Amino acid sequence: MQTEMIKRAKELLADGTVKRVAGWRSGDFQYELSPSIFTDAEDLEKNFQYSELAASNMSKYMIKESRKEGKVLIFLKPCDTYSFQQLLNEHRILRENVMIIGVACDGNLDIVAAKKRFGEGLLSLKSEGDTITATTIYGEELTAPRQELLLERCVNCKSKKHVVFDELIGEEGVEVETTHRFDKVDELDAMSEDQRFGFWQNELSRCIRCNACRDICPACSCENCVFDNPESGFSNKGAAVQMDNDMFHIIRAFHVAGRCTDCGECSRVCPEHIPLHLLNRKFIKDYDGLYGEFQAGSGEQETHPLTKFNMEDLNPTEALNRGDEE
Amino acid sequence: MLSITEAKLYEAFAQLKKNGEAVYLPVDNTSGEADFAEWKEGTAISKQLKTVRSAKDFFFPQTENLMKFKVHGKKINVIDTREELSDFVIFGARACDVASFKLLDRAFIEEKPVDTYYENRREHGIVVSIACSKPAASCFCTVYDIDPTHPNADVDGYRVDDTFYLEAKTAKGEKLLKQIEPMMSESDDQCVKDQIATTEKILKNLPFANLDMSRFNGDNMMDIFNDPKWNSISETCLGCGACTFVCPTCQCYDIKELDTGDGIERFRCWDSCMYKDFTQMAAANPRPSQKERFRQRFMHKLVYYPKNYNVYGCVGCGRCVDKCPTHLHIVNVIKTLGEEGK
Repeated sequence: MQTEMIKRAKELLADGTVKRVAGWRSGDFQYELSPSIFTDAEDLEKNFQYSELAASNMSKYMIKESRKEGKVLIFLKPCDTYSFQQLLNEHRILRENVMIIGVACDGNLDIVAAKKRFGEGLLSLKSEGDTITATTIYGEELTAPRQELLLERCVNCKSKKHVVFDELIGEEGVEVETTHRFDKVDELDAMSEDQRFGFWQNELSRCIRCNACRDICPACSCENCVFDNPESGFSNKGAAVQMDNDMFHIIRAFHVAGRCTDCGECSRVCPEHIPLHLLNRKFIKDYDGLYGEFQAGSGEQETHPLTKFNMEDLNPTEALNRGDEE
Repeated sequence: MLSITEAKLYEAFAQLKKNGEAVYLPVDNTSGEADFAEWKEGTAISKQLKTVRSAKDFFFPQTENLMKFKVHGKKINVIDTREELSDFVIFGARACDVASFKLLDRAFIEEKPVDTYYENRREHGIVVSIACSKPAASCFCTVYDIDPTHPNADVDGYRVDDTFYLEAKTAKGEKLLKQIEPMMSESDDQCVKDQIATTEKILKNLPFANLDMSRFNGDNMMDIFNDPKWNSISETCLGCGACTFVCPTCQCYDIKELDTGDGIERFRCWDSCMYKDFTQMAAANPRPSQKERFRQRFMHKLVYYPKNYNVYGCVGCGRCVDKCPTHLHIVNVIKTLGEEGK
C-alpha cells in the first residue's frame, strides 16, 4: 500500500494538482513515524512511510495547510476522516484546497504498550498475522499477540469507513459495532463519588501541564486558547495549585463535548499516560443516552446534541435527577 | 565496597526519616511508569531505568511560591514564604540527572545574582545515584562524555539483584552513609565490576552512541541559525511543552501572581520556549512562529551552550526522545542539522 501511496502522491505533485503532501515520515527508530509535509518526489521515495505505526492524525494540520498557496494532499485513515469532517463542519478547513486520499487501516500499534511489554531497549516492531515480533538493543527477538499491543482506540475501533475523501487506496470498510467502548466509563459511573474522585485525583495528579493533549486534539482549534490568554484571568501554564490542572482538563472536556470524535489522540500522546479520552467518552455516553446516538464528524452536521434543541428533549432538571437515580 | 540489601535499605530510609531527612526515590505509579515519590513505610523502589519527570524537580520545582504581599491601607507587607529546609535524600537518580544538576548550578548559582531558592535546596539535597545497568534504546549520555556506570554524585551506587553497593564520593555522601552504617556491611564487589563491564558493552552498541556532534562546535552559530532545515523540521511541531517539562536541563521560568482574595502570592513556574507566549513582551514577540521557538530550544542546548560555556546543554537522558508526540526530538535535530546539514 505504501508503494501505491507514494506513486500516487508523486503523480499528483508532478502534474501540479497538489503542491504539498501530508503524510508520515520515517524517524530515528523504526517505530517512530512523524507527521510531516513533503514537497518533492525524491523525499517521498526515500522517507514516506505508511504502516501500522502511522498513528498521527494529521487532520488538524490542514487548518494551516489549506490556507497556504496551492493544494495540499493528505492521506487519512478512516478515523482521521471523522476529525477532518468535524473540522469542515466547524468551517476551519478550506476544503477546496485539500485533496484527500483515504487509506485503509488495520489498527495502529501502541508504542507505549510495546515498550512496557518488550522493555526500553525496543528497536523495532513488526506484525505478521496475529503476532508481533520485536527486536531489542540487547539482541533479543520477542513476540506478543498483536491484539494486546494495539492502541485502545483501535481495539475499540468505531469505523473502517472513510466519511470524506476524493480517492481511496486499499479496501474500504464499514462502520464497526463497538461493544466495549464504554466499559471503562460504565465502571467509573458505577463507583461511588469518592472512589471516582479518587480515581481522577490519582490520574490528574500526574499531569505536567505540557498541553500535548490540547495541542494534538483536532477539536481544540481555537486561535488563542483561553489557557494561553493572559487576558482571560486563568491562563496558567504553571499551576499555582493542583486544582488548576484539574480544571484545565475538565474545562477542555466540556469545550470539546459534542465535537470530539473520540479519535484518542489525547491519551495516545500524554507523557504520563492519563486516560483523558475517558472524560470525553463520559460526555459521549451521556448525550447518546439522553438525546439519542450521535457520532461527531460522521457526516455533514450543522449542530450536535448539545447545540440543538428539540421540543421532546429532556428537561435539564429531569436529566440531572436521572443522574442522581443511577 | 559497602553493601545493603533491599530490605535493609528500607530500614535505613526509616532511620533517615526519623533523623528528619526525607528520602525520595523512583516509585512505579498506576500508569506503569516511574516517578519520584517520598519514601514511607511500604514504598518499594522502582526497577525501571528512568522516571518520567527528571530529578531537577527537587531543586527547581515546576511551581514555587516566592513571596506574598498583603495590603494594609497604604502599606504593603512583603512576606518571605521560604521555609527552613531540612536535609533530604534523592535516592536513585541516574548519571544523566546528576550531570544536569551541574548545568542548573551554572544558571542558578554560578551566574550572579545567586538564585537563593535554588541554592537553598541544593545545599540541603543529598544525591545518591544508582548506576545504569541496562541503558535504553533512547539513551545517549555517552555522546556528552557522561559515564552512566560512574555517576559521580554524593554517593554512587550499584544495584545487583536485590543488593545495593554504595560508595561515598563527597563529604555530604560520607555523612549520609555514616547515619546508616549499622545496616550496611563490607562485601566483595566483583559482581559490581562484572555489571559495569556488561553495561559498557551495551553502551557501545546503543543506536545513538555515535551521534555526530562535529557541527555543533560553538563556532558556526549564525550558519546553523540560518540553516533552512529549521523550516521543514519544525513544521509539524505541536508547540506542546512535553520535551521541555520532562527535560532535566530546561531552566526557563515565568513569574506570575495569584490574587488569593486577601493578598497576592507571587510564584514562579516553568516556562517552555515551545509555548507561544514565551518571551512575549508588551510590544511584540521576538519569536513569532513555531519555527523560531523550536530553533531556540535546540540552539540553546547545542550551540549557545558550547559557545558560551564549552559544554552542551543536554545530558542525553532521552526523555524527550521517548515523549515527543511527533518524534521531533533532539536526536532528530542533531541528525538533521548536524549530519545531513553539513
